[in-house]
Amino acid sequence: MRPARIVVPETAKVGEIVEIKALIQHPMVTGHTAAGANTEPRDIIHTLTVTYDGAEIFRADFMPGIAANPYVAFTTVATVTGDIVFTWTDDKSEVTTAARTLRVP
Amino acid sequence: MKGWRTGLAIGLALAVWRSSPGLAEEASPSLHPATEYLSTGMKAEQADLARNRGMLWVDQGAALWRQAQGVAGKACADCHGEAEASMRGVAARYPAVDATSNRLLNLEGRINQCRTTRQQAQALAYESNELLGLTAFIAYQSRGLPVNVATGGPAQPYVEAGRKLWNERQGQLNLACAQCHEAKAGHKLRGDTISSGVGTGYPVYRLEWQGMGSLHRRLRACQLGVRAIQFDQGAPEYLALELYLASRAAGLPIETPALRR
Amino acid sequence: MTLVRVDRRQALATLAASLLAPVTVRAAESDPSMKPPSALYLQARTVLANGREIRTARVTLDLPRLAENGNSVTLKIDVASPMTAADHVRTIHILSEQNPIATIGRFHLTPRAGRAFVSTSVRLATTQNVHAIAEMSDGSLWEAQAESVVLIAACIDGG
Ligand code: HEC
Ligand code: HEC
Repeated sequence: MRPARIVVPETAKVGEIVEIKALIQHPMVTGHTAAGANTEPRDIIHTLTVTYDGAEIFRADFMPGIAANPYVAFTTVATVTGDIVFTWTDDKSEVTTAARTLRVP
Repeated sequence: MKGWRTGLAIGLALAVWRSSPGLAEEASPSLHPATEYLSTGMKAEQADLARNRGMLWVDQGAALWRQAQGVAGKACADCHGEAEASMRGVAARYPAVDATSNRLLNLEGRINQCRTTRQQAQALAYESNELLGLTAFIAYQSRGLPVNVATGGPAQPYVEAGRKLWNERQGQLNLACAQCHEAKAGHKLRGDTISSGVGTGYPVYRLEWQGMGSLHRRLRACQLGVRAIQFDQGAPEYLALELYLASRAAGLPIETPALRR
Repeated sequence: MTLVRVDRRQALATLAASLLAPVTVRAAESDPSMKPPSALYLQARTVLANGREIRTARVTLDLPRLAENGNSVTLKIDVASPMTAADHVRTIHILSEQNPIATIGRFHLTPRAGRAFVSTSVRLATTQNVHAIAEMSDGSLWEAQAESVVLIAACIDGG
């Protein structure tokens, strides 16, 4: 499990569009051969999936062009009180999950 | 060979800058945090804790703070409680001379002293995510508070040693820290803008490093830039420089975790 | 060897002098001549289009004109879309004209997004155009492009 950080508003009204921002610690090793350098093999997070109350709301395919310690932000419509669960998977099949609860009173 | 090329690159870059038309701005004599030399985009990124990647290390430090470690089986929190209260303002006072050992300790050194003597665990390595995390976490508790190091008494000889190093020409480019950071603050050096060199946001997330790094890592980069002999992280020379930098920066706010190019 | 050393010392002295002389700086580096899009980019674009037209409209790509370090450039993409079950953005593709791999990332949205928006940080190997291409639920493709001048991305100090 890598350090990860998800920022979601604590509460939202039904129908409100909320912005979700997330970061994870990962070097995102490109594997590109730099001239004269010994390059490490590629090791990047290739997939991020996000569910809200169990259903997928967002998915991303990352390539080596995504910056180290990947950042992503997107929006979702608040529907019910539920967990927003992030799952990041890297080339070594290492999986990190982190969650925040969005309360919709 | 690599350093020689770096020197050449810096010189050539300077030549290019000088030959190009545009504004000429003399450096301001007052000190500014390096953040002021960032673009508005990077400033916003540093200020937004949801986007500031340094916060990943702060979180990591917060987790370590609560973890039992070493033969003593104690967590930092077992002795110090909530860091939000017990560590508030601490980073602003470091480096400081440790009363018992009479040694100059920076925050990293202080943390490692508690690691080895209180937790009876192995010292954490410089630039390890663990030490960067704990240092950033503790410094974060002082975010916004003014730098306020003791410079008198037992600290005085260290301040003087640091000041001497700051003004001493060094390396194959024969440049002193002051020549860049006082005379040339605000000037461009290739893709970079030279700041006053205050170092009030460390550990910082530096884009060039694609990660977090200590103040001493930054000092190594400056020394390499002028082709000088670099010291090791934690070396007495860097500790003295760090104290001198903090004495210069007195009153400026702690910005950890800052974002740098 | 001796000759080289002398040259080198002289060069260093000149460099140091130039560093200390009054320096004229510009607020921003000027555009170096833009390279034509790479073959890899053109190929990635062709594969993505798969015979469909890519129209320039509906997408807004907010990319800094000047990237201070190509290791991380934060961009924002907005697409004009009602984001309903019948009419929404399915995928946003980010393509680079000059990176060693043309596709930077793909972001899959659902109507539950409420708004067709994504932001991320990307690596830019050099000064170039970046493209944001939105693929709609009806299969149509829309794009925006923006140029970013990348200030030296390589280590200035190697440290
Ligand atoms: C067994 C108790 C104990 C543990 C565990 C412990 N400390 Fe300490 N720490 C102390 C005491 C006592 C002092 C002050 C006296 C001294 O050592 O000089 C101190 C001082 C400090 C200071 C300096 C505070 C100041 O005001 O100058 C810092 C920073 C610190 N500790 C960090 C840590 C961290 C980080 C950890 C975990 C890695 C840790 N400590 C674990 C007992 C502990
Ligand atoms: C050739 C010019 C040059 C010399 C000489 C130089 N530096 Fe730097 N220094 C830079 C540049 C460029 C940066 C990165 C931009 C900036 O100033 O923040 C930097 C950054 C720093 C920073 C980080 C500032 C911050 O808050 O992020 C510190 C601290 C620093 N230098 C201290 C020193 C010390 C101490 C020395 C002498 C050992 C030194 N520098 C020598 C050019 C130089």
